[in-house]
Amino acid sequence: MGIRKPITGAQAAAEAMRQINPDVVVAYPITPQTPIVEEFAKYVADGVVDTEMVAVESEHSAMSATVGAETAGARAMSATSSQGLALMWEIVAATPGLRLPIVMSLVNRTLSAPINIHCDHSDVMGVTTVGWIQIFSENAQEVYENTLLAVRVAEDERVQLPAMVNQDGFITSHAVEPVEIFDDAVVRKFVGVRSLERALLDVKQVKSVGPLVLPDYLFEFKRAQEEAMGKVFEVYREVGTELSAITGRQYPFFETYQTEDAEAVIVVLNSAAGTAKAAIDTMRAQGKKVGLLKPILFRPFPYAEIRDALKDVPVIGVLDRSMDFGASAPVYSELRNALWALEKRPAMQSYIYGLGGRDIMATDIEAAFEELLGGTLDSEHQRYIGLRG
Amino acid sequence: MPTLQEIALKTSGADARLVSGHRMCSGCGIGSLVKTILAASDKPVVVVSATGCLEVVTTIYPFTAWNTPWMHLTFENAASVASGIEAAYKSLKRRGKISDDVNILAIGGDGGTYDIGFQALSGALERGHKFMYVVYDNEAYMNTGNQRSGATPFGASTTTVPAGKVSFGKPQWRKNLVEIAAAHRIPYVAQAAVNNTMDLYKKAQKGFNADGPSVLAVLQPCTTNWSFDPSLTMQYSRLAVETNFWPLYEVENGVVHINVKPSNRKPIEDFLKGQTRFRHLFKPENAHVIVEMQKMIDEEWARLLKIEESGIQF
Repeated sequence: MGIRKPITGAQAAAEAMRQINPDVVVAYPITPQTPIVEEFAKYVADGVVDTEMVAVESEHSAMSATVGAETAGARAMSATSSQGLALMWEIVAATPGLRLPIVMSLVNRTLSAPINIHCDHSDVMGVTTVGWIQIFSENAQEVYENTLLAVRVAEDERVQLPAMVNQDGFITSHAVEPVEIFDDAVVRKFVGVRSLERALLDVKQVKSVGPLVLPDYLFEFKRAQEEAMGKVFEVYREVGTELSAITGRQYPFFETYQTEDAEAVIVVLNSAAGTAKAAIDTMRAQGKKVGLLKPILFRPFPYAEIRDALKDVPVIGVLDRSMDFGASAPVYSELRNALWALEKRPAMQSYIYGLGGRDIMATDIEAAFEELLGGTLDSEHQRYIGLRG
Repeated sequence: MPTLQEIALKTSGADARLVSGHRMCSGCGIGSLVKTILAASDKPVVVVSATGCLEVVTTIYPFTAWNTPWMHLTFENAASVASGIEAAYKSLKRRGKISDDVNILAIGGDGGTYDIGFQALSGALERGHKFMYVVYDNEAYMNTGNQRSGATPFGASTTTVPAGKVSFGKPQWRKNLVEIAAAHRIPYVAQAAVNNTMDLYKKAQKGFNADGPSVLAVLQPCTTNWSFDPSLTMQYSRLAVETNFWPLYEVENGVVHINVKPSNRKPIEDFLKGQTRFRHLFKPENAHVIVEMQKMIDEEWARLLKIEESGIQF
């Protein structure tokens, strides 16, 4: 049993980092991520952790120094949002190729232009192709537990890949919720310490990291990286089982809610899944068979498991909080891809919602369900929730 | 202080930290200067290379010429990566996870330092990480074939600012990186040249032993893109010093000291001659460019002497 603390999503990330007590944290402030590094900096200033914290001059340097520290042998962490992620993109993309298990909090915020500090997923959806493990969190409790889980999955010998833990900017990062925090000693035993096996600072084992690799070998490097990504599923399950023993909660690749007999299911990431559950409760009380699938592990994407979970659902609506301009929205694309192999494919509808922090209400989701249950659907064209006319 | 022969032995023996087998151009001085600097450390050296000639020629997978811990990430962030390594070093030491002492060295070319890596360098110097930053300055983006950088001298023809019918090449003077670095109030900054091994070795030693960040700017004549015979690298480096084009000086705890004062300053033409990038300056219509260049060099030298004489701290 843990202790319930009233904290924000940002504080939940910082709380996980306090327990992890990383060797190095490198950070640069950006709204709405800033409270994570501010909270952690307080822990450093008060001696609650003995992490070496470096407050750098840009996000590009934040990820560069994090990579330097991680290569040196440290367990290094960082956090960012939106423009910060965009500025560090070059190094974010280089990190998986170096097989560095860095864990970073990403507080999702829309990507300029227009500039706007509020939530959508256009920041993370720009980096899903580069090879980070992507984990999404509905609320502060999940932020806390996913951060602990991510460290172990990333650092597993079979994986050795970086991981991003996503939470919705402001909606999760700045809202206070009761979060159950588990015993420091138990959590520290769970996260352990990072192996120094590949440490550059192990000067007795001289190594060259990050060499030039020409066409004769690069392809093999990338194939090995893909194989490691494939190992994430089994490692995630194993580590999740271990974490369950501490928290009593489960760590599936995705959460299903009221899907068993559902005639329509909505798929949505992060905090809007909570809103969807409220809408589902209302509609179930009215006898309407609706349900939710909330992806948690987004990279690698569990195609087969999601296909199996949705194989009997006749109608599926996918809500995306970002667009892929001129193409299908990112979550919708994955769902279409996952369900393509079904003999009897469901009817599908893509919805875009919540860009730049526009609120989505339970009534919006109920309306979407009504359309899925009785309206005319068009799987080729996305529709917009809450857009001004 | 070891003799030149002793330094030479340290750079080529079984303990050499950069070994043969790399693919540097014939006559390139980067190998010499890096080996000399590495030999000046009495501790193991952890090296970070920015993308550039040195990185490309020393590590084509599955080969490496580095007999010391080495890493490369990207182009503009060697100083940030070194910051992270230093943070890890302090943390892992404090936590008793490692025991060996090391020196940390970041190396970039002038493009990766004066231009794209400038912010990362300034940030790292301001934060005071204990590491040495070395720029091997060949005065343009030479790994990609002579594109203009902030270190390219006035009048040089590059592929991005070529000399032409209405252009004499680069119309701006270069940045003074040593003074910019010194303005960060770091313990040690120096300018060196590849031909003067003893001076370079001493400066590298001071840089490694400094109680904080240090910066070493080393002139590295590029046989390929300055287009001179590979046998003349050291000669061009020497001429750069003897013409006062590249003074050898250091700023130790803010105090300027000029290490070499040519008794008879040679005219800048002696340095310019034989280099393709300056060939156009010898056309009659460009005579004024050489005059202006000479004037700037003499003014800069007079200024440097004045700063040294004044004893004023940076």
